[in-house]
Amino acid sequence: MIGKQMLDLSGKNAFVTGIANKNSIAWGIAQQLHQAGANIGVNYLPDEKGRFEKKVKELVEPIAPDIIVPCNVQDDALMEEMFKAIANKWGKLDIFVHCLAFADKQYLEGDFSIVPRDAFSKSLEISAYSLVHFARLAKPLMKEGGSIITLSYIGGVKVMPSYNLMGIAKSALEMNVRYLAAELGEQNIRVNGISAGPIRTLASSAVGGIRDMIKHMDNAAPLRRTVTQEEVGNTAAFLASNLSSGITGQIIYVDAGFEIMGM
Amino acid sequence: MNPEIFEKVKSIVVEQLEVEADQVTPEASFANDLGADSLDTVELVMALEEEFDLEIPDEAAEQIDTVGKAVEHISSNIETTA
Repeated sequence: MIGKQMLDLSGKNAFVTGIANKNSIAWGIAQQLHQAGANIGVNYLPDEKGRFEKKVKELVEPIAPDIIVPCNVQDDALMEEMFKAIANKWGKLDIFVHCLAFADKQYLEGDFSIVPRDAFSKSLEISAYSLVHFARLAKPLMKEGGSIITLSYIGGVKVMPSYNLMGIAKSALEMNVRYLAAELGEQNIRVNGISAGPIRTLASSAVGGIRDMIKHMDNAAPLRRTVTQEEVGNTAAFLASNLSSGITGQIIYVDAGFEIMGM
Repeated sequence: MNPEIFEKVKSIVVEQLEVEADQVTPEASFANDLGADSLDTVELVMALEEEFDLEIPDEAAEQIDTVGKAVEHISSNIETTA
Protein backbone atom coordinates (compact mmCIF):
# COMPACT_ATOMS: atom_id res chain seq x y z
CA MET A 1 0.00 0.00 0.00
CA ILE A 2 1.31 3.37 -0.99
CA GLY A 3 1.41 6.01 1.72
CA LYS A 4 -1.07 8.80 1.24
CA GLN A 5 1.63 11.43 1.21
CA MET A 6 3.21 9.80 -1.84
CA LEU A 7 0.12 9.80 -3.97
CA ASP A 8 -0.78 13.38 -3.27
CA LEU A 9 -2.63 15.40 -5.88
CA SER A 10 -3.39 18.36 -3.61
CA GLY A 11 -3.33 21.62 -5.51
CA LYS A 12 -3.52 19.78 -8.83
CA ASN A 13 -6.29 20.67 -11.26
CA ALA A 14 -7.91 17.65 -12.88
CA PHE A 15 -10.56 17.75 -15.58
CA VAL A 16 -12.49 14.51 -16.17
CA THR A 17 -14.65 14.08 -19.27
CA GLY A 18 -17.29 11.48 -19.95
CA ILE A 19 -19.29 11.06 -16.74
CA ALA A 20 -22.81 9.88 -17.63
CA ASN A 21 -24.00 8.20 -14.44
CA LYS A 22 -22.81 6.40 -11.30
CA ASN A 23 -21.61 3.40 -13.32
CA SER A 24 -19.32 5.49 -15.53
CA ILE A 25 -15.63 4.61 -15.36
CA ALA A 26 -15.06 8.37 -15.55
CA TRP A 27 -16.92 8.72 -12.26
CA GLY A 28 -14.67 6.09 -10.66
CA ILE A 29 -11.67 8.11 -11.85
CA ALA A 30 -13.06 11.47 -10.70
CA GLN A 31 -13.70 10.08 -7.21
CA GLN A 32 -10.19 8.66 -6.86
CA LEU A 33 -8.56 11.88 -8.11
CA HIS A 34 -10.70 13.83 -5.66
CA GLN A 35 -9.74 11.51 -2.84
CA ALA A 36 -6.08 12.06 -3.69
CA GLY A 37 -6.69 15.77 -3.19
CA ALA A 38 -7.10 17.12 -6.74
CA ASN A 39 -9.47 19.92 -7.67
CA ILE A 40 -12.01 18.47 -10.08
CA GLY A 41 -13.73 19.78 -13.19
CA VAL A 42 -16.21 17.74 -15.20
CA ASN A 43 -18.35 18.00 -18.30
CA TYR A 44 -21.70 16.57 -19.21
CA LEU A 45 -23.06 15.77 -22.66
CA PRO A 46 -25.76 18.32 -23.51
CA ASP A 47 -28.97 16.82 -24.93
CA GLU A 48 -32.50 18.03 -25.60
CA LYS A 49 -33.92 16.46 -22.45
CA GLY A 50 -31.18 17.85 -20.24
CA ARG A 51 -30.78 14.28 -19.05
CA PHE A 52 -27.06 14.25 -18.42
CA GLU A 53 -26.92 17.80 -17.07
CA LYS A 54 -29.28 16.97 -14.22
CA LYS A 55 -27.89 13.50 -13.50
CA VAL A 56 -24.24 14.51 -13.61
CA LYS A 57 -24.79 17.60 -11.45
CA GLU A 58 -26.56 15.52 -8.79
CA LEU A 59 -23.97 12.75 -8.94
CA VAL A 60 -20.87 14.94 -8.61
CA GLU A 61 -22.26 17.14 -5.85
CA PRO A 62 -20.44 15.26 -3.03
CA ILE A 63 -17.04 15.96 -4.59
CA ALA A 64 -17.95 19.63 -5.22
CA PRO A 65 -16.32 20.18 -8.63
CA ASP A 66 -14.94 23.65 -9.41
CA ILE A 67 -16.20 23.41 -12.98
CA ILE A 68 -19.25 21.71 -14.53
CA VAL A 69 -19.72 22.57 -18.21
CA PRO A 70 -21.47 21.08 -21.24
CA CYS A 71 -19.27 19.57 -23.93
CA ASN A 72 -19.91 17.60 -27.07
CA VAL A 73 -16.71 16.62 -28.89
CA GLN A 74 -18.39 17.05 -32.28
CA ASP A 75 -18.71 20.76 -31.55
CA ASP A 76 -15.48 22.81 -31.75
CA ALA A 77 -17.10 25.83 -30.10
CA LEU A 78 -18.20 23.85 -27.04
CA MET A 79 -14.74 22.30 -26.72
CA GLU A 80 -13.18 25.76 -26.78
CA GLU A 81 -15.74 27.04 -24.26
CA MET A 82 -14.82 24.18 -21.97
CA PHE A 83 -11.16 25.14 -22.07
CA LYS A 84 -12.03 28.82 -21.55
CA ALA A 85 -13.87 27.78 -18.39
CA ILE A 86 -10.79 25.81 -17.28
CA ALA A 87 -8.47 28.77 -18.01
CA ASN A 88 -10.75 31.23 -16.20
CA LYS A 89 -11.21 29.09 -13.12
CA TRP A 90 -7.79 27.54 -12.70
CA GLY A 91 -5.33 29.31 -15.01
CA LYS A 92 -3.42 26.07 -15.37
CA LEU A 93 -4.35 22.45 -15.92
CA ASP A 94 -2.41 19.46 -14.56
CA ILE A 95 -4.52 16.41 -15.36
CA PHE A 96 -6.90 15.74 -18.24
CA VAL A 97 -8.90 12.52 -18.45
CA HIS A 98 -10.55 11.47 -21.71
CA CYS A 99 -13.31 8.86 -21.19
CA LEU A 100 -15.59 9.02 -24.17
CA ALA A 101 -16.31 7.01 -27.26
CA PHE A 102 -19.12 6.32 -29.68
CA ALA A 103 -20.17 3.73 -32.20
CA ASP A 104 -23.65 3.12 -33.47
CA LYS A 105 -25.02 0.08 -31.61
CA GLN A 106 -25.85 -1.77 -34.82
CA TYR A 107 -22.12 -1.95 -35.64
CA LEU A 108 -21.24 -3.48 -32.26
CA GLU A 109 -22.50 -6.93 -33.12
CA GLY A 110 -22.58 -9.32 -36.05
CA ASP A 111 -20.50 -8.79 -39.18
CA PHE A 112 -17.86 -6.08 -39.06
CA SER A 113 -17.74 -5.47 -42.81
CA ILE A 114 -21.25 -3.96 -42.91
CA VAL A 115 -20.05 -0.70 -41.37
CA PRO A 116 -20.71 2.21 -43.77
CA ARG A 117 -18.46 5.24 -44.36
CA ASP A 118 -20.42 7.74 -42.24
CA ALA A 119 -20.73 5.48 -39.18
CA PHE A 120 -17.01 4.67 -39.42
CA SER A 121 -16.03 8.35 -39.60
CA LYS A 122 -18.33 9.39 -36.79
CA SER A 123 -17.02 6.70 -34.47
CA LEU A 124 -13.37 7.54 -35.16
CA GLU A 125 -14.06 11.27 -34.85
CA ILE A 126 -15.73 11.02 -31.44
CA SER A 127 -13.63 8.21 -29.98
CA ALA A 128 -10.14 8.97 -31.31
CA TYR A 129 -9.87 12.39 -32.94
CA SER A 130 -11.35 14.03 -29.82
CA LEU A 131 -8.22 13.16 -27.82
CA VAL A 132 -6.01 14.98 -30.33
CA HIS A 133 -8.26 18.04 -30.24
CA PHE A 134 -8.35 18.06 -26.44
CA ALA A 135 -4.56 17.64 -26.24
CA ARG A 136 -4.12 20.64 -28.55
CA LEU A 137 -6.34 22.72 -26.27
CA ALA A 138 -4.72 21.41 -23.07
CA LYS A 139 -1.13 21.96 -24.20
CA PRO A 140 -0.95 25.74 -23.52
CA LEU A 141 -2.65 25.29 -20.12
CA MET A 142 -0.28 22.55 -18.94
CA LYS A 143 2.44 25.07 -18.23
CA GLU A 144 4.13 23.03 -15.52
CA GLY A 145 3.80 19.76 -17.36
CA GLY A 146 0.83 17.48 -17.03
CA SER A 147 -0.77 14.10 -17.42
CA ILE A 148 -3.30 13.19 -20.09
CA ILE A 149 -5.08 9.88 -19.61
CA THR A 150 -7.48 8.05 -21.90
CA LEU A 151 -9.45 4.81 -21.68
CA SER A 152 -9.05 1.93 -24.06
CA TYR A 153 -9.94 -1.74 -24.32
CA ILE A 154 -8.08 -4.82 -25.53
CA GLY A 155 -10.54 -4.97 -28.44
CA GLY A 156 -8.37 -2.25 -29.99
CA VAL A 157 -5.40 -4.63 -30.15
CA LYS A 158 -6.93 -8.08 -30.59
CA VAL A 159 -10.24 -9.20 -32.03
CA MET A 160 -12.97 -9.42 -29.41
CA PRO A 161 -16.35 -10.77 -30.57
CA SER A 162 -18.85 -7.96 -31.31
CA TYR A 163 -16.46 -5.13 -30.46
CA ASN A 164 -16.09 -4.51 -34.21
CA LEU A 165 -16.10 -0.79 -35.08
CA MET A 166 -15.12 0.26 -31.57
CA GLY A 167 -12.01 -1.89 -31.86
CA ILE A 168 -10.85 0.16 -34.85
CA ALA A 169 -11.56 3.38 -32.93
CA LYS A 170 -9.61 2.17 -29.87
CA SER A 171 -6.73 1.12 -32.08
CA ALA A 172 -6.55 4.66 -33.49
CA LEU A 173 -6.90 6.07 -29.97
CA GLU A 174 -3.95 4.02 -28.69
CA MET A 175 -1.76 5.24 -31.55
CA ASN A 176 -2.84 8.81 -30.76
CA VAL A 177 -1.48 8.24 -27.26
CA ARG A 178 1.95 7.37 -28.67
CA TYR A 179 2.19 10.23 -31.16
CA LEU A 180 0.92 12.75 -28.62
CA ALA A 181 3.35 11.43 -25.98
CA ALA A 182 6.25 11.86 -28.41
CA GLU A 183 5.30 15.46 -29.12
CA LEU A 184 4.18 16.65 -25.70
CA GLY A 185 7.01 15.04 -23.75
CA GLU A 186 9.14 18.07 -24.57
CA GLN A 187 6.79 20.07 -22.34
CA ASN A 188 6.79 17.34 -19.67
CA ILE A 189 3.23 16.44 -20.55
CA ARG A 190 2.75 12.68 -20.28
CA VAL A 191 0.09 10.85 -22.27
CA ASN A 192 -1.02 7.35 -21.30
CA GLY A 193 -3.97 5.05 -21.71
CA ILE A 194 -5.65 2.58 -19.40
CA SER A 195 -6.93 -0.58 -21.06
CA ALA A 196 -9.62 -1.66 -18.62
CA GLY A 197 -11.30 -5.03 -18.28
CA PRO A 198 -14.98 -5.09 -19.26
CA ILE A 199 -17.22 -3.10 -16.90
CA ARG A 200 -20.98 -2.70 -17.27
CA THR A 201 -21.65 0.96 -18.05
CA LEU A 202 -24.19 2.92 -20.06
CA ALA A 203 -21.71 2.96 -22.94
CA SER A 204 -20.62 -0.68 -22.75
CA SER A 205 -24.27 -1.80 -22.71
CA ALA A 206 -24.26 -1.01 -26.43
CA VAL A 207 -21.64 -3.70 -27.07
CA GLY A 208 -23.34 -6.94 -28.05
CA GLY A 209 -22.43 -9.66 -25.57
CA ILE A 210 -20.91 -7.37 -22.93
CA ARG A 211 -22.34 -9.64 -20.24
CA ASP A 212 -20.61 -12.65 -21.75
CA MET A 213 -17.35 -10.70 -21.88
CA ILE A 214 -17.67 -9.91 -18.17
CA LYS A 215 -18.63 -13.52 -17.28
CA HIS A 216 -15.72 -14.84 -19.36
CA MET A 217 -13.33 -12.96 -17.03
CA ASP A 218 -14.44 -15.14 -14.09
CA ASN A 219 -12.76 -18.11 -15.76
CA ALA A 220 -10.22 -16.64 -18.13
CA ALA A 221 -8.56 -13.77 -16.24
CA PRO A 222 -5.71 -14.64 -13.86
CA LEU A 223 -7.56 -12.91 -11.01
CA ARG A 224 -10.76 -14.84 -11.98
CA ARG A 225 -12.86 -11.69 -12.17
CA THR A 226 -13.18 -8.44 -14.01
CA VAL A 227 -12.18 -5.08 -12.53
CA THR A 228 -14.07 -2.27 -10.83
CA GLN A 229 -14.30 1.38 -11.77
CA GLU A 230 -12.42 2.14 -8.51
CA GLU A 231 -9.49 -0.01 -9.64
CA VAL A 232 -9.37 1.88 -12.93
CA GLY A 233 -9.63 5.10 -10.91
CA ASN A 234 -6.68 4.11 -8.73
CA THR A 235 -4.49 3.49 -11.76
CA ALA A 236 -5.63 6.83 -13.19
CA ALA A 237 -4.59 8.50 -9.91
CA PHE A 238 -1.18 6.83 -10.23
CA LEU A 239 -0.80 7.96 -13.85
CA ALA A 240 -1.89 11.47 -12.83
CA SER A 241 0.65 11.65 -10.02
CA ASN A 242 4.41 12.06 -9.86
CA LEU A 243 4.70 8.39 -8.92
CA SER A 244 4.46 7.69 -12.66
CA SER A 245 6.75 10.55 -13.73
CA GLY A 246 8.85 8.25 -15.89
CA ILE A 247 5.94 6.72 -17.78
CA THR A 248 4.56 8.11 -21.03
CA GLY A 249 3.10 6.78 -24.24
CA GLN A 250 2.00 3.57 -22.53
CA ILE A 251 -1.20 1.60 -22.44
CA ILE A 252 -1.52 0.13 -18.94
CA TYR A 253 -3.73 -2.96 -18.65
CA VAL A 254 -6.07 -2.83 -15.66
CA ASP A 255 -7.82 -6.03 -16.60
CA ALA A 256 -7.21 -8.59 -13.86
CA GLY A 257 -4.40 -9.94 -16.04
CA PHE A 258 -6.55 -11.00 -18.99
CA GLU A 259 -4.13 -9.53 -21.55
CA ILE A 260 -1.42 -12.15 -20.92
CA MET A 261 -3.66 -15.11 -21.68
CA GLY A 262 -3.53 -16.98 -24.99
CA MET A 263 -6.80 -18.72 -24.30
CA MET B 1 -48.76 -9.53 -9.44
CA ASN B 2 -46.39 -9.42 -6.49
CA PRO B 3 -47.23 -6.11 -4.74
CA GLU B 4 -43.86 -5.86 -3.02
CA ILE B 5 -41.96 -6.18 -6.31
CA PHE B 6 -44.38 -3.78 -8.01
CA GLU B 7 -43.70 -1.11 -5.38
CA LYS B 8 -39.95 -1.52 -5.71
CA VAL B 9 -40.14 -1.37 -9.51
CA LYS B 10 -42.40 1.67 -9.23
CA SER B 11 -39.94 3.59 -7.08
CA ILE B 12 -37.07 2.80 -9.47
CA VAL B 13 -39.15 3.86 -12.48
CA VAL B 14 -40.12 7.10 -10.72
CA GLU B 15 -36.48 7.86 -9.99
CA GLN B 16 -35.04 6.83 -13.36
CA LEU B 17 -37.69 8.30 -15.63
CA GLU B 18 -38.60 11.23 -13.38
CA VAL B 19 -42.33 10.59 -13.59
CA GLU B 20 -45.07 10.87 -10.95
CA ALA B 21 -45.77 7.73 -8.91
CA ASP B 22 -49.43 7.64 -9.98
CA GLN B 23 -48.37 7.43 -13.66
CA VAL B 24 -46.61 4.14 -12.94
CA THR B 25 -49.43 1.62 -13.35
CA PRO B 26 -48.97 -2.01 -14.42
CA GLU B 27 -50.40 -1.11 -17.87
CA ALA B 28 -48.15 1.92 -18.37
CA SER B 29 -45.90 1.64 -21.43
CA PHE B 30 -42.32 2.75 -20.78
CA ALA B 31 -41.98 4.38 -24.20
CA ASN B 32 -45.49 5.68 -24.84
CA ASP B 33 -46.76 6.62 -21.37
CA LEU B 34 -43.60 7.27 -19.39
CA GLY B 35 -41.48 8.88 -22.11
CA ALA B 36 -38.54 6.46 -21.95
CA ASP B 37 -36.07 6.61 -24.84
CA SER B 38 -33.42 4.01 -25.60
CA LEU B 39 -30.86 5.41 -23.14
CA ASP B 40 -33.50 5.59 -20.39
CA THR B 41 -34.30 1.96 -21.09
CA VAL B 42 -30.68 0.87 -20.70
CA GLU B 43 -30.37 2.78 -17.41
CA LEU B 44 -33.67 1.39 -16.17
CA VAL B 45 -32.64 -2.19 -16.96
CA MET B 46 -29.33 -1.70 -15.15
CA ALA B 47 -31.08 -0.21 -12.11
CA LEU B 48 -33.58 -3.10 -11.96
CA GLU B 49 -30.81 -5.67 -12.32
CA GLU B 50 -28.91 -4.06 -9.46
CA GLU B 51 -31.96 -3.79 -7.18
CA PHE B 52 -33.13 -7.37 -7.70
CA ASP B 53 -29.72 -8.94 -8.27
CA LEU B 54 -30.74 -10.66 -11.49
CA GLU B 55 -30.08 -10.48 -15.19
CA ILE B 56 -32.42 -9.09 -17.79
CA PRO B 57 -30.92 -10.19 -21.13
CA ASP B 58 -31.33 -7.86 -24.12
CA GLU B 59 -33.78 -10.23 -25.79
CA ALA B 60 -35.98 -10.24 -22.68
CA ALA B 61 -35.64 -6.48 -22.22
CA GLU B 62 -36.94 -5.92 -25.76
CA GLN B 63 -40.16 -7.75 -24.85
CA ILE B 64 -40.67 -5.81 -21.62
CA ASP B 65 -42.59 -2.75 -22.80
CA THR B 66 -44.83 -2.15 -19.79
CA VAL B 67 -44.31 -1.82 -16.05
CA GLY B 68 -46.43 -4.94 -15.50
CA LYS B 69 -44.24 -7.03 -17.81
CA ALA B 70 -41.14 -5.88 -15.93
CA VAL B 71 -42.71 -6.95 -12.62
CA GLU B 72 -43.70 -10.31 -14.13
CA HIS B 73 -40.22 -10.92 -15.51
CA ILE B 74 -38.60 -10.07 -12.19
CA SER B 75 -41.12 -12.14 -10.16
CA SER B 76 -40.61 -15.25 -12.24
CA ASN B 77 -36.84 -14.96 -12.30
CA ILE B 78 -36.56 -14.39 -8.57
CA GLU B 79 -38.76 -17.44 -7.95
CA THR B 80 -36.85 -19.71 -10.28
CA THR B 81 -33.50 -18.80 -8.77
CA ALA B 82 -34.76 -18.97 -5.16
